[in-house]
Amino acid sequence: MTLTEPKNKSLTFISRHPPYGNDHAFACLDLVLASSVFEQDVNYLFMGDGVFQLLIDQQPDGIGSKNLVASLAALELYGVSNVFVDALSLQKRKLSVSDLAIQIKVLDAVQVETLVNEADLVFNL
Amino acid sequence: MKFTIVVHSAPYSSQGAHTALKFCQSLIGEGHEIYRLFFFRAGVNNLNNLAVVAQDELNIQLQWDGLIQENNIDAIACVTSALKRGVIDEQESQRYEKASFNLTENATIAGLGQLVDATLNSDRLLNFG
Repeated sequence: MTLTEPKNKSLTFISRHPPYGNDHAFACLDLVLASSVFEQDVNYLFMGDGVFQLLIDQQPDGIGSKNLVASLAALELYGVSNVFVDALSLQKRKLSVSDLAIQIKVLDAVQVETLVNEADLVFNL
Repeated sequence: MKFTIVVHSAPYSSQGAHTALKFCQSLIGEGHEIYRLFFFRAGVNNLNNLAVVAQDELNIQLQWDGLIQENNIDAIACVTSALKRGVIDEQESQRYEKASFNLTENATIAGLGQLVDATLNSDRLLNFG
């Protein structure tokens, strides 16, 4: 199958790394925002250690990093509303939505599966 | 098929960059088209033409350069990733008043929009590293 012309695609980004210690989390956010600028259907899912990105009261000044949660605020400005967190990942880390800094939809395993299956492209970062 | 390859890792630090290189060589060998090579995050170091590599080791930057040039591949270094790692072209060097530049002349510095465009225009997109 070869695409003959560009079209809108459903892009699902799965952010699986903690906010600090490496550049995965910020790179994933940059990609999500860039994709939204190009008016693609963007889904943004936090999974595994990626859920740590969402914690309230992050204080990364001491390690010379920008605050990721502050950057996540850009999602609303860019019109990215399909932002999800994996319920199982939260549960395994003894976290609940009350620990999270942003409004986010919680997905169960079946919903995560659907999200992945229905995407034209899945980007793990 | 039209492929876009995204390279995330620096050469020599991990195997990802070399695996990506071998994969690209195989793609071309099998008659596929590489729509775009996108160097992201530490992957931009693959485009640094000032690297000096021991004679008994593979010069990965040189291999990339050859592949890109011989096959006329659209090779992009992500601007945000590249500038902060000191991988810059002549134009950026002048803009920021730097002493030199090191981006291979067969690649271009551009934004993440080029990666989004590649997702829309490729049949497959693969990440390495």
